[in-house]
Amino acid sequence: MKNVTDRHRQDSWDVEGGGSLAVSPDEIREPLFEGTPGLRDVTETVSGVVEGKPTKLWYATITLTSGLAAWGILTILYTVVTGIGVWGNNQPIGWAWDITNFVFWIGIGHAGTLISAILFLFRQKWRTAINRAAEAMTIFAVICALIFPIIHTGRPWVAVYWLLPLPNQMEMWVNFRSPLLWDVFAVSTYFTVSAMFWYVGLVPDMATLRNRAKNVFVKRIWTFVSLGWTGANRHWHRYEKAYLILAGISTPLVLSVHTIVSFDFAVSVIPGWHTTIFPPYFVAGAIFSGFGMVLTLMILARKLLNLEQFITRKHIENMNKVLMATGLMVGYAYGMEFFIAWYSGNPYERFVFINRAFGPYSWAYWTMVTCNVFIPQLFWFKNIRRNLIITWVISIFVNIGMWFERFVIIATSLHRDFLPSSWGYFIPTWVDVSIFAGTVGLFLTLFLLFAKYIPVLAISEVKGILPGSQPSHTHH
Amino acid sequence: MKKTAGVTGLFHDPDQVLKAAAEIRRAGYRKFDFHTPYPLHGLDDAMGVKRTVLPWISLGAGIVGAAVATHLQWWTGAVDYPLVIGGKPLFAFEPSIPIIFELTVLFSAIATVVGMFALNGLPRWFSKWQDDPHFVRSMDDAFVVTVDADDAQYDAGKTRTLLESLGAEQVREVEYEDQ
Repeated sequence: MKNVTDRHRQDSWDVEGGGSLAVSPDEIREPLFEGTPGLRDVTETVSGVVEGKPTKLWYATITLTSGLAAWGILTILYTVVTGIGVWGNNQPIGWAWDITNFVFWIGIGHAGTLISAILFLFRQKWRTAINRAAEAMTIFAVICALIFPIIHTGRPWVAVYWLLPLPNQMEMWVNFRSPLLWDVFAVSTYFTVSAMFWYVGLVPDMATLRNRAKNVFVKRIWTFVSLGWTGANRHWHRYEKAYLILAGISTPLVLSVHTIVSFDFAVSVIPGWHTTIFPPYFVAGAIFSGFGMVLTLMILARKLLNLEQFITRKHIENMNKVLMATGLMVGYAYGMEFFIAWYSGNPYERFVFINRAFGPYSWAYWTMVTCNVFIPQLFWFKNIRRNLIITWVISIFVNIGMWFERFVIIATSLHRDFLPSSWGYFIPTWVDVSIFAGTVGLFLTLFLLFAKYIPVLAISEVKGILPGSQPSHTHH
Repeated sequence: MKKTAGVTGLFHDPDQVLKAAAEIRRAGYRKFDFHTPYPLHGLDDAMGVKRTVLPWISLGAGIVGAAVATHLQWWTGAVDYPLVIGGKPLFAFEPSIPIIFELTVLFSAIATVVGMFALNGLPRWFSKWQDDPHFVRSMDDAFVVTVDADDAQYDAGKTRTLLESLGAEQVREVEYEDQ
């Protein structure tokens, strides 16, 4: 491995065209590309995926995932027609898989904006190889997430009066003091801003596809969606400013979204929910789970779409470092919750946490701790961070662990409430399982469509960081 | 009717692009541009592109967003349908913060994106240069200079010579079908 890396490092030192590749000391580090791709290689690799015919594997997979999505939609219809009594929710567990899945999917969405906004502000060049796909995942995950609170209202056709500031038949307004309403604003803003951010990034790449298109009909589509982008520098000037502003306002936005999701719990007075650690703890968990999902899908996409040249082991390693950092924060939060429960002296608070770890749901709690805290410790080893197969397996554990985290927070805090006579236990029904599986199918279907029909790498951004692509005096 | 769009040429070296941009500007041209596959650092300064007003649009929209959110929460809760919930005041600033923040971001983001495209004169599905092979390559691997025929300094022969002396390849005059 070392030899290969050294050779590539050597390659990037080769100077062509009279010093335009001057290497400054801070560039003597592992390159972000395998070999020395040129501008045209980027265009060809990415456009090749879009312009080529879908493979048999793609058809087989999308048949499976869209079948799953269709089944999910059918079971949603069944729920809406029959009522949410078809779910396993009961008293006292009024929030169960519906809200667990909502928080799970919203969390998945956080990696995209972190990569596109926060890493952009930190000038992390490696983000360009993965930001497009991660942002796509954000949008698809938020779509999946939005399904749950809407169907959980039971009567989605009147939910508009509970969710949006529209006066109902009694001319009453929504309750602006409720965190649930804050959540509506946070999630819908997040969805809108992420979608716009993604689209702005796509415009120049769609213009590239427009310029390449041979088929008149295809060309017309790309012409329409690329809005007539010409790549003129006077346009790029405003474009870059817009991108910077969007990154600047998306950074507090991404932190606010899961903060507000955590308010759904923290602002209530349920022991196990009513804690001040929730906002940072939820945000760290969201980024952790988002990177888990990005790794799961990108390791596959990189292989199947031949993107190894642009998404290297260095990218995987960097993502694993983020995964580890956020995983440790989550682990710290798990520990601190216990400490505060003991330190508070509140018997109900103490009971909830002892019950969480050693009560009827202890299996779920320890699944969560194993997947989120113990297993990611393997990433202390560099060769594991750079091993694709082990990383992929660990990323699956992270996905599972983070689903369980939300389930543990919701179910264990509710199932044994203040009166032992009303204690209960939640068991999901086939409808619960089907709807969740359906959203997984929907997410994967949307991702497959994206991976085939939309440029999976940000062509213009990758070109902008290729060695030698920038004028030498501004090269840094 | 055929009309002259102007003169165009190709560059491959980013350093040459920067030098050429400064020289074209020094020669007195104002209606010229570089079509590039990605933004080149330093080209704005070399071309003398004025700073965009976009940040002010974003800021203004953000302030409007905050005002709308504050007014919405105050008016619905304290004026239109006052309802005492848990003995709390009809309007308070603290629980209004999350929605004020979200609408600030939402308004600002929409204005930034719409404003960026509007200032760029987009969407517009026609460009004078669109059928020229240079333009097609400018989204792939070349930097394409274009000098508009309606620039005051424009002179087909002189402009071509200038671009060629700056290192541009395949310099030529481009015509387009006027619509």
